[in-house]
Amino acid sequence: DTSLAEVNSFSPSMPISPSSMINQYKLEDEPELRDLFITVDDPESHITAIETFITYRVVTKTSRGEFDSSEYEVRRRYQDFLWLKSKLEEAHPTLIIPPLPEKFIMKGMVERFSDEFIETRRKALHKFLNRIADHPTLTFNEDFKIFLTAQAWELSSHKKQGPGLLSRMGQTVRAVASSVRGGVKNRPEMFTEMNDYMETFSQKINVLDKIAHRIYKEEREYFNEMKEYGPIHTLWSASEEDIADSLKGVASCIDKCCKATEKRMAGLSENLLPILHEYVLYSEILMGVLKRRDQIQGELDSKVDALANKKTEKDLFSEEIGKLEDKVECANNALKADWDRWKQNMQCDMRSTFTNVAENNLHYYEECLATWESFLASQTVDLHVEEDSEDKP
Amino acid sequence: MEDCLAKKMEITVSEAEKRTGRNAMNMQETYTAYLIETRAVESQSEGQCAPVDSLWRRYSEFELLRNYLSVTYPHIVVPPLPEKRADFVWHKLSADNMDPDFVERRRIGLENFLLRVASHPVLCQDKIFYSFLTQEAGWKEMVNETGFQLKADSRLKALNATFRVKNPDKRFTELKHYSDELQSVISHLLRVRARVADRLYGVYKVHGNYGRVFSEWSAIEKEMGDGLQSAGHHMDVYAASIDDILEEEEHYADQLKEYLFYAEALRAVCRKHELMQYDLEMAAQDLTSKKQQCEELATGTVRTFSLKGMTSKLFGQETPEQREAKIKILEEQIQEGEEQLKSKNLESRDFVKSAWADIERFKEQKNHDLKEALISYAVMQISMCKK
Repeated sequence: DTSLAEVNSFSPSMPISPSSMINQYKLEDEPELRDLFITVDDPESHITAIETFITYRVVTKTSRGEFDSSEYEVRRRYQDFLWLKSKLEEAHPTLIIPPLPEKFIMKGMVERFSDEFIETRRKALHKFLNRIADHPTLTFNEDFKIFLTAQAWELSSHKKQGPGLLSRMGQTVRAVASSVRGGVKNRPEMFTEMNDYMETFSQKINVLDKIAHRIYKEEREYFNEMKEYGPIHTLWSASEEDIADSLKGVASCIDKCCKATEKRMAGLSENLLPILHEYVLYSEILMGVLKRRDQIQGELDSKVDALANKKTEKDLFSEEIGKLEDKVECANNALKADWDRWKQNMQCDMRSTFTNVAENNLHYYEECLATWESFLASQTVDLHVEEDSEDKP
Repeated sequence: MEDCLAKKMEITVSEAEKRTGRNAMNMQETYTAYLIETRAVESQSEGQCAPVDSLWRRYSEFELLRNYLSVTYPHIVVPPLPEKRADFVWHKLSADNMDPDFVERRRIGLENFLLRVASHPVLCQDKIFYSFLTQEAGWKEMVNETGFQLKADSRLKALNATFRVKNPDKRFTELKHYSDELQSVISHLLRVRARVADRLYGVYKVHGNYGRVFSEWSAIEKEMGDGLQSAGHHMDVYAASIDDILEEEEHYADQLKEYLFYAEALRAVCRKHELMQYDLEMAAQDLTSKKQQCEELATGTVRTFSLKGMTSKLFGQETPEQREAKIKILEEQIQEGEEQLKSKNLESRDFVKSAWADIERFKEQKNHDLKEALISYAVMQISMCKK
């Protein structure tokens, strides 16, 4: 059902850069323990009569027994990722499912199919699949396996199975209904704490995201002005004789610092900005997970209340209530475990990202320092030579 | 350079003070007065300190002094004053003349001006300059009594008026061209520098926003708390450091500005020469035409077409007496003219010689100063990186 008409491959091959390869492994568990390696690359554009869309190549290498083969290569589009995410949420309502890149970035002048947008999305999709692969529970999810291995037609037929749209809507309605009633009343202390934490965290991470983008913008403007600054000195050196060399030296120093600034900016956009953005999305997801837990609790609570009112049909109710109690306990435990895990990862990610930014800054200043110091050395050597030659009779 | 005033006397502009007074139109105004302190160097021996003389001057008096020097020594590249109004500002710098930072930088600039004049081999010997430093009362009247304003050629005020000089001195033309280039390149540089400073300021200050967020975030974290706290603290320090950095850079900008204005002074010397040359050529032309007229009258031939020739053809020739009288007048004029031309030629040659000497001196000074400035800029960049 994919390309009926031309398959138009427009992008130059975008191999994954070495640094992001390392990031892939840095995600969490040591490489030796991993048995599932996934890469997302090679975006291709497809034009049909109805629409234009992009597919990405998903390559999976695994040593797991439950996989029939050890290598798979499939093509997936954004819709497919959305489907996977919703299936995972359905199956594990109180697990923290990793964030997907947004559908369409409204801010900025990013065109829907611009190279920059596609590359950012590709990296995020790559992260998404790898985070799932690293998750102790989600990694064994059946839909996940199908996503990684099925051919296009297989996937679309599999998608059509499962609870229909109407029943899914029914679930949502019930969930909304029970959320109105609560689940907050009997909420264990731990989850209230989590909620408070997430509210503050969400606030802070959003502000950080904004600040980081602002800094990137300011650095870009600084870079643009600096580009003009160096050449003026070269222009000046053309009218001078004695100080021409010094002026040219200053010009080259400024240009070198300019390049260093470019590197610094690239570091920001490759590392800090995507991570902060990911955690902005994570904070939304976590709030959602906490709500769902509350809903499940709410179902139980409302049934318990109903029992208190209806003195009859105790047996029926108690069986239902027993089931719901189990459900709540499972949900709570799953969430607690996943929460701890998420927290750890978050700290690890933050630490490594900020350290990376700090290192980049250090390199930047070291480079600029070296440039100016060597200029200074060359100038003072000249000065001494001049002084010596002046002393000579 | 041994008899330079600078060697004999310590000169400083040590303070600035806001004053209110009444101006020429009897309106109240606020202005800044600067304290000039001088102390003789020679009489200093071990432990014995010479007494300090001091007086107050305001910017307009400095301007008067400089105008006097420019007119009185047209062949000298007279050191420039610091800018009258703040120019090439970036957004944090105030363009207000009363702003303390501006006043401080102007104080340094005025001191620099006095030191430059005092170390100039010719200018330092000027009596008006000396009294500027030592005599508070009655100085203005003294300057005006020299009548220098009459000498000032109003034609020079028209900055872009060109005088069509038939035989321009190539060296001066090149020099004028150079001074134009220097002016244009330095002002371009200062403009871009101001923009760069603005942007750099922005980058640093936004980092400051991190400080608060990190510190607030650290409150909800247990394990990462300390790390975040110290990161936040460093961000604050980082953001604050830009103020000092840019203040130092302002000093560098001032050094460049001095040479921007020096370029103007250089150009002025070239124009004065141009004017002189023009006058010379005009005088020579005038002389030639008078000589021709004389000859025509004497020989009775009309060589060139002239109104005189026409009228004499139409209305008859003049009487011999008239002609004699005319010839006599012309001959006198011619003699005057020849003397004038001679003296002008001499003047011009002197001008060129002394101007050229000063220009060479200026060039050396400029090269030395600019090189030092560039070096100190590098040093500043280095210290900024080290921070």
